[in-house]
Amino acid sequence: MLTRRTKGDIWFDLINYLFLGGFTLMILYPLYFVVIASISSPDRIFSGDVWFWPRGITFDGYRRIFHEPTIWIGYRNSILYAAISAFISTALVIAAAYPLSRKDFYGRGGFMFFFLVTLFFNGGIIPTYLMMKDIHLIDSMWAVILPSAVDAFLIIIAKTFFQELPEELREAAAIDGCRNLRYLFSIVLPVSKPIIAVLVLFAVVRQWNGFFDALIYLSDGDKYPLQLVLRNILIQSQPSGNLVNDVDTLLAKQRVTELIKFGVIIVAALPLLVLYPFLQRYFVKGVMVGSVKG
Amino acid sequence: MMVAKKREAIPAAGRGRLKRVRANYELYLLISFPVVYFLIFKYWPMYGVQIAFKDFSASQGIWGSPWVGFDHFKRFFDAYNFWQIIRNTVYLSGLNLAIAFPIPIFVALMLNQLRQQRLKRFIQTTIYAPYFISTIVLVGMLYVFLSPSSGLVNQVIKLFGGEPILFAGESAWFRPMYIFSSVWQETGFSSIVYLAALAGIDPHLHEAAVVDGASKWKRILHIDLPGIAPTIVVLFILAVGNLMNIGFEKAFLLQKDLNVDVSEIIPTYVYKIGIQRAQYSFSAAIGLFNAAINLVLLYIVNRSAKKISGNGLF
Repeated sequence: MLTRRTKGDIWFDLINYLFLGGFTLMILYPLYFVVIASISSPDRIFSGDVWFWPRGITFDGYRRIFHEPTIWIGYRNSILYAAISAFISTALVIAAAYPLSRKDFYGRGGFMFFFLVTLFFNGGIIPTYLMMKDIHLIDSMWAVILPSAVDAFLIIIAKTFFQELPEELREAAAIDGCRNLRYLFSIVLPVSKPIIAVLVLFAVVRQWNGFFDALIYLSDGDKYPLQLVLRNILIQSQPSGNLVNDVDTLLAKQRVTELIKFGVIIVAALPLLVLYPFLQRYFVKGVMVGSVKG
Repeated sequence: MMVAKKREAIPAAGRGRLKRVRANYELYLLISFPVVYFLIFKYWPMYGVQIAFKDFSASQGIWGSPWVGFDHFKRFFDAYNFWQIIRNTVYLSGLNLAIAFPIPIFVALMLNQLRQQRLKRFIQTTIYAPYFISTIVLVGMLYVFLSPSSGLVNQVIKLFGGEPILFAGESAWFRPMYIFSSVWQETGFSSIVYLAALAGIDPHLHEAAVVDGASKWKRILHIDLPGIAPTIVVLFILAVGNLMNIGFEKAFLLQKDLNVDVSEIIPTYVYKIGIQRAQYSFSAAIGLFNAAINLVLLYIVNRSAKKISGNGLF
């Protein structure tokens, strides 16, 4: 391409670098600060010493977090819920999307309408709550997994993907006597890894980060997902006794609590951080397909 | 949208139809699972919406409870805090839209001008990341950074000789906290769609404009912006259609007794009345009222967008 930079363009580039640089820094710095603060001495944080490097390095915060049973229980629950959600959500979405992607599926318009209606109309919080009560799921792990397991929006994304598979593939398989279900399992699914990844990641992220269902349906602390445990520590500043009970003065307690907050932010974000390369790749894809069709 | 698919030629008699269904019986078996799921978890609550017009009591059930017409709606309209809640909801949502909607467009336009692909990728990787932080952690971070005793922001204020501000406890700071954190968390991710739209613009247009001596800024204004206008319109419709659909989570977490006069919005109120005080019918009515406004809004915006630009959703 021709590069004919006008004087205005040089100014433009300069301002652009400044803007994007500033914006990126605004995103990055708080994340970075949480990391360095989580290993800094709480006294140094309080006196405003911690800016660019950790000061008075201590792993006391993490030590306390790792010895706290509620966090471990929350962690275990969240992993369990995320795994089951990923399985159920993906299975149900594919079970809806695959038939809908088939042109020879009689009644697909009607089925599609049946699913899509739920994007515009829903019962709302209270009627959903009463339904959950009626089927006796309240205070069980299914209350956190099932109500939001499937979204019609995901069905659209998956259906779009399946529609793009070549029709000849199925015709060839049909001639070889491969029936619908076997075709789906042995031919379609193996080539559908990208869309399965999108569905699994959507479910995992939603389950890992969500707390609404747990908040309204769960009362048994042993079933709390990590996010609700975090809420007590981060938002309500009420770390359970074990976290700070060896600290004497109120002031010191407050400081240790702050240190723990930085630590749990890292601990909570860690799984998604590990998944981040995949998230970036597949979420971007999902958003794009969704935006074209949605 | 997707529903209006071209009808395929249906074989003359019902027998042909039956044959087609039978040939694909496995597919019907497959789709029956999500259908049952949707019937229970999506349609059952829709059926339950009628309690908004009834006096629900657990012993009589949804069907058996007596009708009371619009009583619950009237009670809500007459409530002393009705206008306050509506105003808070519209204000928070509208302000959020006005500020958080244009920024991703601007960021995408600017990113699109970067030549260095590695730098571009680094920036994208960084600014998408906050999207995956949970609301609880996000609000926790806000509190940590804004803490009057140890928070970074107040450290800076003190450094310049100011008085520390109790952000979390002042009504005036609720909306800024809410909106700033939205911008911080969502801008990067929202820019993806616009970047995709920008990638779809014909590069010949830019080449021709360069030959004609158009500056970068001119090209953004006359090529890029018109090129992504349809995308902007669609997303704007969705955003306005969701104006009254503002999320429960963040407002709920940022809410304190001290700022409840601005932080009480419809979803938090429904939660309080319905889940905490178990006034099911009353809160279902408030929820339904909210949903109805939302649908009307979506319809109006879609209509006017179609009229103005020819781009609509439906």
